[in-house]
Amino acid sequence: MAKITRAKNGRIIFTKEMKKEYTILVPQMLPIHFRILKPIFTNEGYKIVLLESDNDIIKQYGLQYVHNDACYPALLVVGQYMEALKSGLYDVDKTALLIMQSGGGCRASNYIHLIRKALEKAGYPQVPVISFNLSGMEFNPGFSLTLPLIRRSVAGVLYGDLLMLLSNQVKAYEINKGDAAALVEKWAVQITGEFENSHGYSFKEMAAHFAEIAADFAAVSMKLEKKVKVGVVGEIYVKYASFANNNLEKFLEEHDCEVMTPGLLGFLMFKIDARIQDIHLYGGSFVKLTIARSLLDYFKKAEKAIMDCVNQYPVFNQLSSYEDTKPLVEGLIGIGNRMGEGWFLPGEMIELIRNGYNNIVCTQPFGCLPTHICGKGMIHKIKDMYPMANIVPIDYDPGATRVNQENRIKLMLSVAREGL
Amino acid sequence: MKIGLDIGSTTIKSVVLSEDGAILYSHYERHFSQITAKTIETLKGLRERFATAGAVQEQGASANADAAGAGVHPAALLDEAELVISGSAGMGMAEGCGIPFIQEVYASKVACEKYAPDTDTIIELGGEDAKIIFLNGAMEARMNGSCAGGTGAFIDQMAGLLNVTAGRMNTLAEKSTRLYTIASRCGVFAKSDIQPLINQGAEKSDIAASIFHAVVNQTIGGLAQGRAIKGHVLYLGGPLTFLPELRKSFDNSLGLTGVCPENSLYYVALGAALSADETINLSEALDRLSHFEAAGSYQSLPPLFESEEEYEAFKARHQKADVNHGSLEGYNGPAYLGIDAGSTTVKCVVMGEDHEILDSVYLSNSGNPVPIVQSYLTGLYERKPDIHIAGSAVTGYGEDIIKNAFSVDHGLVETMAHMKAAQTFMPDVEFIIDIGGQDMKCFKIRNSVIDNIYLNEACSSGCGSFLQTFAGALGYSPEEFSRLGLFAKHAVDLGSRCTVFMNSSVKQAQKDGVSTEDISAGLSISVVKNAIYKVIRPASKDELGKHIVVQGGTFLNDAVLRAFEREMELEVVRPAIAGLMGAYGCALFAKERADAAAVNADAGRSGIITKEELAGFVHEVKSVNCGLCSNNCRLSINTFSGGRTFIAGNRCERPVTKRKVDSSNNIYKYKQELLAAYGDTAPAGKGRTETIGIPLGLNNYELLPFWHKFFTELGFGVCVSGFSDRKLYLKGQHSIPSDTVCFPAKMVHGHVAELIDKLTALHGNGNAIFYPCMSFNFDDKLGDNNYNCPVVAYYPEVIAANMEMPHGIRLITDYSGPHKSKHFHKKMTELLSKYFDGISLPEVKRAARAAFAEREKYLAAVRAYADEIIKNARSEGRKIIVLAGRPYHVDPEINHGIDTLITSFGVSVISEDSVSHLVKRFPVKVLNQWMYHSRLYAAAKYIGNVPNMELVQLVSFGCGLDAITTDEVRRILESYGKIYTQIKIDEITNLGAVKVRLRSLLAALEQRNQYG
Repeated sequence: MAKITRAKNGRIIFTKEMKKEYTILVPQMLPIHFRILKPIFTNEGYKIVLLESDNDIIKQYGLQYVHNDACYPALLVVGQYMEALKSGLYDVDKTALLIMQSGGGCRASNYIHLIRKALEKAGYPQVPVISFNLSGMEFNPGFSLTLPLIRRSVAGVLYGDLLMLLSNQVKAYEINKGDAAALVEKWAVQITGEFENSHGYSFKEMAAHFAEIAADFAAVSMKLEKKVKVGVVGEIYVKYASFANNNLEKFLEEHDCEVMTPGLLGFLMFKIDARIQDIHLYGGSFVKLTIARSLLDYFKKAEKAIMDCVNQYPVFNQLSSYEDTKPLVEGLIGIGNRMGEGWFLPGEMIELIRNGYNNIVCTQPFGCLPTHICGKGMIHKIKDMYPMANIVPIDYDPGATRVNQENRIKLMLSVAREGL
Repeated sequence: MKIGLDIGSTTIKSVVLSEDGAILYSHYERHFSQITAKTIETLKGLRERFATAGAVQEQGASANADAAGAGVHPAALLDEAELVISGSAGMGMAEGCGIPFIQEVYASKVACEKYAPDTDTIIELGGEDAKIIFLNGAMEARMNGSCAGGTGAFIDQMAGLLNVTAGRMNTLAEKSTRLYTIASRCGVFAKSDIQPLINQGAEKSDIAASIFHAVVNQTIGGLAQGRAIKGHVLYLGGPLTFLPELRKSFDNSLGLTGVCPENSLYYVALGAALSADETINLSEALDRLSHFEAAGSYQSLPPLFESEEEYEAFKARHQKADVNHGSLEGYNGPAYLGIDAGSTTVKCVVMGEDHEILDSVYLSNSGNPVPIVQSYLTGLYERKPDIHIAGSAVTGYGEDIIKNAFSVDHGLVETMAHMKAAQTFMPDVEFIIDIGGQDMKCFKIRNSVIDNIYLNEACSSGCGSFLQTFAGALGYSPEEFSRLGLFAKHAVDLGSRCTVFMNSSVKQAQKDGVSTEDISAGLSISVVKNAIYKVIRPASKDELGKHIVVQGGTFLNDAVLRAFEREMELEVVRPAIAGLMGAYGCALFAKERADAAAVNADAGRSGIITKEELAGFVHEVKSVNCGLCSNNCRLSINTFSGGRTFIAGNRCERPVTKRKVDSSNNIYKYKQELLAAYGDTAPAGKGRTETIGIPLGLNNYELLPFWHKFFTELGFGVCVSGFSDRKLYLKGQHSIPSDTVCFPAKMVHGHVAELIDKLTALHGNGNAIFYPCMSFNFDDKLGDNNYNCPVVAYYPEVIAANMEMPHGIRLITDYSGPHKSKHFHKKMTELLSKYFDGISLPEVKRAARAAFAEREKYLAAVRAYADEIIKNARSEGRKIIVLAGRPYHVDPEINHGIDTLITSFGVSVISEDSVSHLVKRFPVKVLNQWMYHSRLYAAAKYIGNVPNMELVQLVSFGCGLDAITTDEVRRILESYGKIYTQIKIDEITNLGAVKVRLRSLLAALEQRNQYG
């Protein structure tokens, strides 16, 4: 059995032996994306389990093991881990946890420590926690993000984004209910199959698949009636994870809306770009600048591939590039605003508005620090700039009730209907 | 016929319109959470009322019923109508029964378009909601956030505190002569401001008016969010309909005269009726309603008790924990009087020589504890004229006033009183949890010494009185209400957050049709969860130990007690006198002191007011403004017979001692002096004519020396917004977009508003407010990175997006990074050149060099002063407290004078940044990447091995990062065996709870000294 070794701050290092023996638990956030990403990692020899549990026990465990003033995503992630560890499904001596860590100035960077504290409280001090980050924090010999792995992951994100974007647009108008969902299923099976056999992520293959996917969705017979178009933006976790936002997407669909939740790619590009912007603003190392730039360029190339396919079809919302979003926030917020969702959040809002998604639900965990600024703080001015904007900020936390949230969203929808 | 139903959080309103829009009928009543049943009743009533013509005739003819004869057809019930439901509580039901639904704000708007079409803004207050709807321009509606306390419910709750009805409060407010500051953010905060006012004997009429004013501030501050309320304003909803003084308060604040229209209660229902266009078969709808089962989407918990037997066994077990009781009349010997003047109740105990209770009383404190204690003592002397009171002590919120009024021998901090009492029931008690009306006190005891104290923060307080208020709202007495919950089959899970959240959770449960029994049980469980998960937060249950005593009035409630035992999986002791423990502890303490004093003499006599003195007891209250410093506190001067006086409402000891506050032991005061030296300066010539405004908020509390020097060196004039005060806060309040951001951030709006005024007065060209975004702070080299928190880093963006800059004043919020000192001058030249002509690199370089040096000078001065304070304290044998927070906690309006409160106890105060440099970077168990926070960890480590030095952490309410720092600072301190104390601060100005906390800390240290 793998020996437990510790780093200077006392954390358990995830060793190469552990990689062979341990199961790695990953909390859910974006079901389509994560499903596609999983085989990329299993192919590398990691035993990955995506935690799908979605029940109130998670909240309870979160409240029990995390400081209650910590943000809601931390509570849910820890809750989900605890539920899994206590379920008896996993050998707690051979289980590790994986958590994304951005390393930015938002308190989310501290989740990993909250998780470790929770593990100790709950009596699982032997469980290692692996930081998934691109900042070089917390080195683990048994888990390294190699360049090929990063590139493959980018491919996974792209497929996920494309399927999510297109299915959302088609779902609202499809004549045969379930067509879009069937296409998502079809492609998820196909892509995971290819990934399992280590192909499907070269640029050439991707471009071909993107075209096929776009064509497939475009071919679904749709009844193009006028519907309330709603964009969903906000803090990354609450925005995407359905059990964090009380099934917001489903709620909106039930109220006869077309829902647009922008993809993950832009956010990742924003995070990389933040490093470049820091150097522009305050000065810094040329080497770091070059590395960040080349990484961003890679993402830009990938972004272009997806845009080229989607934008051929006028029926779909025309995608614009990450760089095109920047000028939209000029005079509103600085590009140096890089913590949490930063300037990119109002950027997304404006882009949505310009694309006809005037109605926006801006989701955030209760008391979320960055979105005080880049979410709620910007709404007033965005409305000045775009008077037709109809934005409702919604806070999520274990104490917030659905009836309050839905009531507010309904008000937003009433105003939206008036504009139809 | 069109029917609109508005089912709100507390009432159901119905309106019937004829096809041509005439209002045929309107009605409202409370629904006591029986939503489905009341809706059915209402609809049935309407069917009968609007039965076919025959019925109406029959009714009309009923006076001469004989003449009508048998020829008239029986009335046919109204069969069809266009029906729409609105209101938050009606949402789920309407959808579940296929009845059209309209969102209530939208319904208001629809009604407004018909009945008051020239309206610009609607202000609507309901039972638990506050709304502002802007109709001019782009329609926009704002509803109170999940953190903002209810409005109608809030007023009711406050009226309850004053022991009057809401209507009576209105009459009182008419006679008010002045306003007190009451935190407007949420009910819980306001309550903790009001309670001391009541206890200090402030006029009820002034408090009533202040409460209305707080509601107004809350609504405007929380909801307007920078959009001006002007033009024709319409007042809607219950509170604004029934309380003209509230409307007047709105008028005054808004500077206009709003209108409360006819049918102002019914706008939502009218809007619903107006928008009805779908004909509904009413008998079918009723049928669906009567079959409507709540979706059951709420989480339910198992019953508290499965059976009567289980309950009886539980009761029997707890009845065993009791003290001896004796008869007052038959007792001859020294007696000891203990008084607990709590926030909502007054408790008195007379104890005999053998610790037996001779007499006790538990009375509701209807605003002022003085007459209650007076009448108790009068009764005591009447019943036993020859009573020999050998000692007396008082504790609780009213400690000071009671001690002065009746010459009580000792005053002691509540925590100590409770520990004394608990130890008689369980000598080896390890943990005491006391839940009272408004506060929750928990303390961990190790080796008979208080080892740790947990008090609830302002946000989760009010639990006991919350249960009471809720019981009242649902039409029960508190006892009845809690009994309902004992055998509830599916107790509803209401979460564990503050009471305001519970309010809306209850709303959700009501919507789902949950029974009152299940809600009652759920509320009791919530109180317990709050205590455990919000206040104590044990890592594991063992942390509390096996010997737990629970007490306080709220634990007299069996449902709460049961929920606690179950949540903790432990059997605990609830003394039969759970509600009297504070008073009993006081009596014990009085005896202890009397015994100690009596070693030399015979059993002494308490100095307490005698029977004769009591007969002539007079209590007068006079209000004056202190005027001794800029705080200008509103003082209540209580004068008692015999010439004793007691001053309340003061934030410092100055009006009492008449001496100037001594700042030589207080680094907070010193920092204020240092910063005040960076004042307004005119442009220095050198070809520059512009003036730069620097808001003294957030990070500028430390950077002022840096930026001030930087700009003056460049030749700019500089003006500074100065320290905050209430007026300054109100100046910017209307432009705050997020009501849950921390108070120091909200304060920045006031500073910028102040600067706008100052710069406007200068009339110069090209003036600018300089408030740069800073992702990074200077690097103290104490952590892995040197970030600012997201709010400090980017608050300038919020100012830019939400405040207008008039008169050509520019706001510079560009990103700046003095942490990169090598690149700073270059980047700064680029930045400034965007706004000013003639900025040259060498000049900026020079200015930057001077600025960096100035910063060093400032930090060095602070550190040197701290050394001095430490040295003096050592030689004078004083304790030192590191009051650890952020640089901006130096602001007097943000720290509310906690620094001077500490020095008033004879303790010296230094700050985290005056000692953090003495520690080398060390590993912590969290991500240590925020500069201000790394100082906290360093300060905690520094004091670890220093004797007579303690750390008190100041935490701003809503500071998300402090969720991380507090745990880590506590961990570091406890690893050295130090007591951790945290004080959460907000808009709140009441220092009562803070005082309890600090006194407890000092008392605990005292005890540690005594017992080792």
